[in-house]
Amino acid sequence: MALLFLCSAFVISTCGLVYELVNGALASYLLGDSVTQFSTVIGVYLFAMGIGSYLTRYMRGHLALTFVGIEVLVGVVGGFSSALLFVLFAHVVHFRIALYVVVSITGMLVGAEIPLLLRILQDQFEFKELVAKVFTFDYVGALLASILFPLLLVPHLGMIRTSFLFGILNVIVALAAIHILGQKSKAYQIVRGTAIIALLSLVIGFLASDRLEAFGEAGVFPGRTIFAKTTRYQRILITRQENDVRLFLNTHLQFSSRDEYRYHESLIHPGLNSVAQPEKVLVLGGGDGMAVREILKNPKVKSVTLVDLDQEMTRIFTHVDFLTTLNHHAFNNSKVKVINDDAFVWLKANPTEKFDFIVLDFPDPANYSIGKLYTTTFFKLLHQALNESGRVVIQSTSPLAARKSYWCVAHTLTAAGFTHIVPYHVYVPSFGEWGFVMGSEKPFQAPEQYVDGLKFITPLTVASMLNFPSDMSDVPTDINRLNNQALVRYYETEWSEFLVN
Amino acid sequence: MKRWSRRQILQASLAATGSLVLSSLGIKRWVWKPNNNFPVRILGPSFAAGHQLRDGFAFPPPSEFKKTDVLILGGGIAGLSAGWRLQKKGVKDFKILELESEVGGNSRSGVNTVSKFPWGAHYVTLLNEETRFARELFEDFGIITGYQNKVPIYNEYFLCQAPHERLFISQKWQEGLLPKVGNTEEDLRQSKAFFELTEKYRKLKGADGRFAFTIPLDFSSRDPQFLALDQITMADYLHQNGWTSKPLHWYVDYCCRDDYGTPHTQTSAWAGLHYFCSRRGRADGVDGTTVLTWPEGNGFLVDQLREQLNTHLIGESMGIHVNQTSSQVTLNVWDKTKRQVTQWTTKSLILAVPRFVSSRLNSALAEDQMEILKAISYSPWVVANITLGSIPKSAAKPSGDAPLSWDNVFYGGGSLGYVVATHQRAAIHKDKTVWTYYRPLDHLPPPNSRKQALSKTPDEWKNLILTDLSVAHPEISEQIESIDVWLWGHGMIRPTPGFIWGRARAAMQKNRGRIHFAHSDMSGISIFEEANYQGVRAADEVIQHDLG
Repeated sequence: MALLFLCSAFVISTCGLVYELVNGALASYLLGDSVTQFSTVIGVYLFAMGIGSYLTRYMRGHLALTFVGIEVLVGVVGGFSSALLFVLFAHVVHFRIALYVVVSITGMLVGAEIPLLLRILQDQFEFKELVAKVFTFDYVGALLASILFPLLLVPHLGMIRTSFLFGILNVIVALAAIHILGQKSKAYQIVRGTAIIALLSLVIGFLASDRLEAFGEAGVFPGRTIFAKTTRYQRILITRQENDVRLFLNTHLQFSSRDEYRYHESLIHPGLNSVAQPEKVLVLGGGDGMAVREILKNPKVKSVTLVDLDQEMTRIFTHVDFLTTLNHHAFNNSKVKVINDDAFVWLKANPTEKFDFIVLDFPDPANYSIGKLYTTTFFKLLHQALNESGRVVIQSTSPLAARKSYWCVAHTLTAAGFTHIVPYHVYVPSFGEWGFVMGSEKPFQAPEQYVDGLKFITPLTVASMLNFPSDMSDVPTDINRLNNQALVRYYETEWSEFLVN
Repeated sequence: MKRWSRRQILQASLAATGSLVLSSLGIKRWVWKPNNNFPVRILGPSFAAGHQLRDGFAFPPPSEFKKTDVLILGGGIAGLSAGWRLQKKGVKDFKILELESEVGGNSRSGVNTVSKFPWGAHYVTLLNEETRFARELFEDFGIITGYQNKVPIYNEYFLCQAPHERLFISQKWQEGLLPKVGNTEEDLRQSKAFFELTEKYRKLKGADGRFAFTIPLDFSSRDPQFLALDQITMADYLHQNGWTSKPLHWYVDYCCRDDYGTPHTQTSAWAGLHYFCSRRGRADGVDGTTVLTWPEGNGFLVDQLREQLNTHLIGESMGIHVNQTSSQVTLNVWDKTKRQVTQWTTKSLILAVPRFVSSRLNSALAEDQMEILKAISYSPWVVANITLGSIPKSAAKPSGDAPLSWDNVFYGGGSLGYVVATHQRAAIHKDKTVWTYYRPLDHLPPPNSRKQALSKTPDEWKNLILTDLSVAHPEISEQIESIDVWLWGHGMIRPTPGFIWGRARAAMQKNRGRIHFAHSDMSGISIFEEANYQGVRAADEVIQHDLG
């Protein structure tokens, strides 16, 4: 029996260290800045272990049973910890609080184990021998865990399954202990029943953790996948590499947090500042809230309506901590109204409401579904929804990589009845050379000054954006109509050629 | 009794546990879920009522008597167009009687929670300049919104959206319907020659200065060199030109079946060429080969006409007997719901029903029409609307394949493929959808295949449709929520050799005193513009001869 408890010291310490490592690794994976994450997680974990140890002084009665009960609890909490944290990451406002709560609970439970073990075995060994034996097993287990974790467990099982696996080991040790102790009391039966349920749920968790498949995609995209979800409409994938957060929709890059200010400032301010009274603004697409963040910098704006198809997009960019940091809580601003609807359907059904500035921030026209939002039919709806002195701006893919595609958007805007078209472009390192087109009834006059708080846009940069060098200047194209979707064809051809060469 | 090995038991229990666990977690795709018990319904026109008339059922004597200036029997496109024309010409007192509860005939449509969908005719090609009446109708209903240098501007929402057509051939989807894979040099040469010829004919005029082929087809040239084409079949015509290419024959056969419900070995070459050479319509800014379509197909046009003519329509009414004197016509009408007969007295009667129906309305008419009835035949069709809970994965675009299109055709199959009813929607995402499956039942002579079709059970239809669709979509039954099958016993007039320019069709054009005829079977091809033309023509005759 003594041997059993010494073995359990070994397993306990292995598991305990694995939970600590998993939590630390998960935190740095999701939040970046690994030094901070590891040191705070380890610190909190050790401190919690101390609390757990201290609390054992209040534990009396049947110590072996208490020990087994704690072991089952550690298995459950530790086993589910990384899956839980991973899910919470995408759903709670303050992820760090959740993280440290989980770390603390695990730590406290693990911390209670060794003191209890010492007390259980105190009659079997001499004190010096007892301490030596228990701690030897404890430290050997720790060594094993620290070697296994980076070399075998994370590469082959991933973090979530590793937690489940060690949770399972924890509970198996508890069950073995119950078996060997061989007691028939009611309390034992309860603990045993709980342990069996715990074991089953951990096994199910282990088998089902594939569902949190985000980790599987790591390696395809730069950095680590920290959020992945397939919604009704698209696959949302968010990666992080150090402090660079990137959003991909259906594998297409939407922004990199390092340089998105260039894209979003260019998308919004030249057009918005050129409208005299930009009170009512409409954003179609742009569910990441970055365009709205820029719009809200302009004090003249009284209301912003954003229509984005995907509720999940606007939800995460409204509620998830690390994302709302990026868009400055744009969707929580009282001026902003978020509508989850198909932009085409919404615009067609709201023919009377007029706006002063309309932003089209859709993904590129890579398929026939999105291509509809770049057609004459859709642009005519925009025209109807625009005040006479207003202006629309459209993100229009790269005039360098997809020259015909870009000019096709511009020409389609003209064909849809916009009198004045202003093509302009900007260099965004993560995207390459990127293009926009503005359309209006009134001629465009480049603003002489801009709102405060911009990192990129000045009258001078805008002047350079209006100039198109001959490798991306105007070329004749078809007009993009619902009936021909000429743009999707240009886009497919041009981007596949650009990426091959 | 079959004994299970331990391995099997283990596998089965593992699978059961696994699927239990997975389904509890909502992972549907891993769960083996046989889905073959969605509802299949058989619908169709009122065969029973029609057969009462055919089989000499003893209807009661008239118990109600009504009068109107003009009575139109039949609420298909021809009848509705006659009403539309009368209304525009200021005639106020007319009625349109329809056998079914809903007007529309072949252009009827249905609706469920997912989408509207067609039960038959589902598109119209761009209209020629000669197709005057249909153009006027399109202007009335906002389909043509104006003209730019005489070229019509069509409402953009009604032009078929891209991508238009794709063909499943050699396990891949290609864009367009003319087979592109597996062609030999000779195949390509023949196709090229065929399309050069049709292009030539499209522009060609006869000695009488009329286009060789146009719509309405009665406006086509009567130059004998063209009319001679009506004497041979389309297949023979290809052979006479030395065109034996299998892909070309498949394509031409597909086109004949699609437009006429008749294989190219039974379609007149004149009609076959008419399909390729009669359309010169243009639209501002748009490719001329495009079509106009709606989720509900030509049901859209029916709805417009119904709204316009609402106060004139009477449903559930079957004409059973007609009588005429020099000053009036009486028509006895069986009211299917009240089960009583009303006698209508009218100055003029337009029989906007297929000729085989009008010949049953009195014995003199039957005798008179005997020659015609011998010469005409109608193709039976089946149209099925398949409601899908989601778009099958196999319909999305695997790399290199053409994406899901409006019209999706299988090479070499007995069906004409399917049309996506939700294709014309503005909305981006379509998780649920309705596919309209078309199949002319032309594998047997029409009377035989009609009989066979009427005896098929829902399960037999389901198997037929699933077998056909699963060639390209092996997993489709997983997505199907329901299949509604519509049988058209007499779906379309068949333009067999000699019919369009023969004696029978000429005889069909003649009215009988105050009885006028209006139906696309008088044109020999069943398309919207012809039905519309026949309706308008009959209305004009009525105004000229009987209302003066």
